[in-house]
Amino acid sequence: MFHWLEKNPFFFSVGVFIVIAFAGLIEIVPNFAEASRPVAGLKPYSVLELAGKEVYKKDNCLSCHSQLIRPFKSETDRYGQYSLSGEYAYDRPFLWGSKRTGPDLHRVGNYRTTDWHENHMWEPTQVVPGSIMPAYKHQFTNIADIETAYAEAVTVKNVFGTPYGDEFQPSREAWEAHKPKVLAEAKAIAADMKDPGVKAAIEADEVPEIVALIAYMNRLK
Amino acid sequence: MQSNAALEYDYTVAKLFTYTAIIFGLVGMLIGTLIAAQLAFPELNYLFGEYGTFSRLRPLHTNVVIYGFTVSGVFATFYYSAQRVMKVSMAESSFIMMVGKLQFILYVILAAWMVVTLFMGVTASKEYAQMEWPLDVLTVLVWVLWGVAMFGLIGMRREKALYISMWYFIACFLGVAMLYLFNNMEVPTYFAAGGLGSMMHSVSMYAGTNDALVQWWWGHNAVAFVFTVPIVAMVYYFLPKESGQAVYSYKLSLLSFWGLMFVYLWAGSHHLIWSTVPDWMQTMGSVFSVVLILPSWGSAINMLLTMKGEWNQLTENPLIKFMVLASTFYMLSTLEGPIQAIKSVNAIAHFTDWIPGHVHDGVLGWVAFMIMAALFHMAPRMFKREIYSKKMLEAQFWVQTTAVVLYFTSMWIAGITQGMMWRAVDEYGNLMYSFIDTVTVLHPYYTIRAVAGVLFVAGFILFAYNMFMTMTASKKLEEEPQFRSPMAA
Repeated sequence: MFHWLEKNPFFFSVGVFIVIAFAGLIEIVPNFAEASRPVAGLKPYSVLELAGKEVYKKDNCLSCHSQLIRPFKSETDRYGQYSLSGEYAYDRPFLWGSKRTGPDLHRVGNYRTTDWHENHMWEPTQVVPGSIMPAYKHQFTNIADIETAYAEAVTVKNVFGTPYGDEFQPSREAWEAHKPKVLAEAKAIAADMKDPGVKAAIEADEVPEIVALIAYMNRLK
Repeated sequence: MQSNAALEYDYTVAKLFTYTAIIFGLVGMLIGTLIAAQLAFPELNYLFGEYGTFSRLRPLHTNVVIYGFTVSGVFATFYYSAQRVMKVSMAESSFIMMVGKLQFILYVILAAWMVVTLFMGVTASKEYAQMEWPLDVLTVLVWVLWGVAMFGLIGMRREKALYISMWYFIACFLGVAMLYLFNNMEVPTYFAAGGLGSMMHSVSMYAGTNDALVQWWWGHNAVAFVFTVPIVAMVYYFLPKESGQAVYSYKLSLLSFWGLMFVYLWAGSHHLIWSTVPDWMQTMGSVFSVVLILPSWGSAINMLLTMKGEWNQLTENPLIKFMVLASTFYMLSTLEGPIQAIKSVNAIAHFTDWIPGHVHDGVLGWVAFMIMAALFHMAPRMFKREIYSKKMLEAQFWVQTTAVVLYFTSMWIAGITQGMMWRAVDEYGNLMYSFIDTVTVLHPYYTIRAVAGVLFVAGFILFAYNMFMTMTASKKLEEEPQFRSPMAA
């Protein structure tokens, strides 16, 4: 049979495809619906938090930080309760990471504050002596893209049924109507911060990346 | 009608991809060495403002070495060897020639676009699938063009039975196509939200645990179909060609091929052990990872036994040395992987530096060694000149072998140290170390790893220079060498 396949590239290719395809079917499909269910009471990310998640992706925090607490005592002692599948139901994409050059962040909102993050992102070593994490000063001046974050919320609502309210609509008017809420949320975060540049930007109705990022990290609980 | 005149193979496209393999290899490894040094000396994060941080550069390193260096090497060796094993020349079809050149042009555009977007931080953020959706579309186009060239050549072939290397190239094409498409299913938000926000942004079709499963089904099997399958294709072609020895066992190659195809895909979930995916999937990943030793070692043993009775070539021909060491590192790496996939070991190894250590004994010792040896074998045949310097080849071999050994040994120690410290408790059962203790302790190992990076890049510069001189300045050859590649002392 194998000799025959080697002379018939079409059937050879079909054979290879069948052999490689069904492992995925068996491992991914059966559990798909169950793994999509959120835990009870899980709220979707706010637009500001989504914008912060984009900063998290843009500066690729996940190259050094995981968001997955494994079910060991050493991990629950260090980071809090082990992670549950349903907690990630609104994470598109998932941000578990694969390497802990720095600590896990899945519940960082439980034990770090806005103030702590501000100092840490400006200069990590002043909060954690010996830290090898780079400073992310550019996040204090770069402006977060909250419009794209809104577009993301509308997309996941319409395509995947993520429970956002009726005011989330694919139109510029709807976005303009929602925008003040985002700015108010950002203002509340910035009230706990001290950087004058950040405060000035917030006054000018702009959201620096650091504010969005902190909103996102405070939400990780 | 088949004449007795030798076919004139056309290496235009193979040459083009050879150039990009060298260039991207150099760029990717330089970035890799920089980020390795950043972990030991964090001040190096501030060389290029926000574009120079470890976190921004890491995906550049991985993407440039995978999709730049390795994939260029795969295309170059394919366009070289496919013609020869199927007894058909690219010059016989202007259509296939056009497809090959178009594929190259689009590939270079894609690579440049990828570098720019990743520097800017435009990323889908899934590992080894960071490119945003418009780049994904272009990737699919490049891949389809490769498929057209591949099956076009197959359609024209004179040698009816496909040689082993072709099995693996076909599998590479199909496997990557399937995995890439499913993993990169994403919805562009600009179009779904009535023209709001950025055109480049998208959200994944899958969420949370499902996204993780699909991602590591891809992530693991990108290793299978980019770092293993086409590299096995290379070793099956180039080792017999360079040594003049027939492949040891046809049956073993059959068993290894179909075994690898069947088993590899199951093992993806070993990246998710102790995560929130169901326990049975994790166990499945563990079990199949261990089974995977069989087909992997099958190929490697088949290669090593091909040298049976001819081991003297190992001392005489540095290219044989490269390929034999590559096969040996393949064995090491495919034993190490299954060990890490055992649940109790994974509890310590996961999230630590042992993982990049494992990756690099595979990609440096196996993938890079094999690709460089293949390109060296091709050079005298493509450029009709002898290899410029044997001494330089020898030097490169030892510098890079030292580099790989330093890399994985330091990362083994670093990883196990960190894994043990995270879980260490004192006599009252309290955690013994704060997280930062487990970071600062790694400084010496990160330094050794950075040195390993410098050595490997130094070896790669020797390779690039040797190749460049072979192309331009070396002694011309009257006729094509039969087996062993001619090289000047």
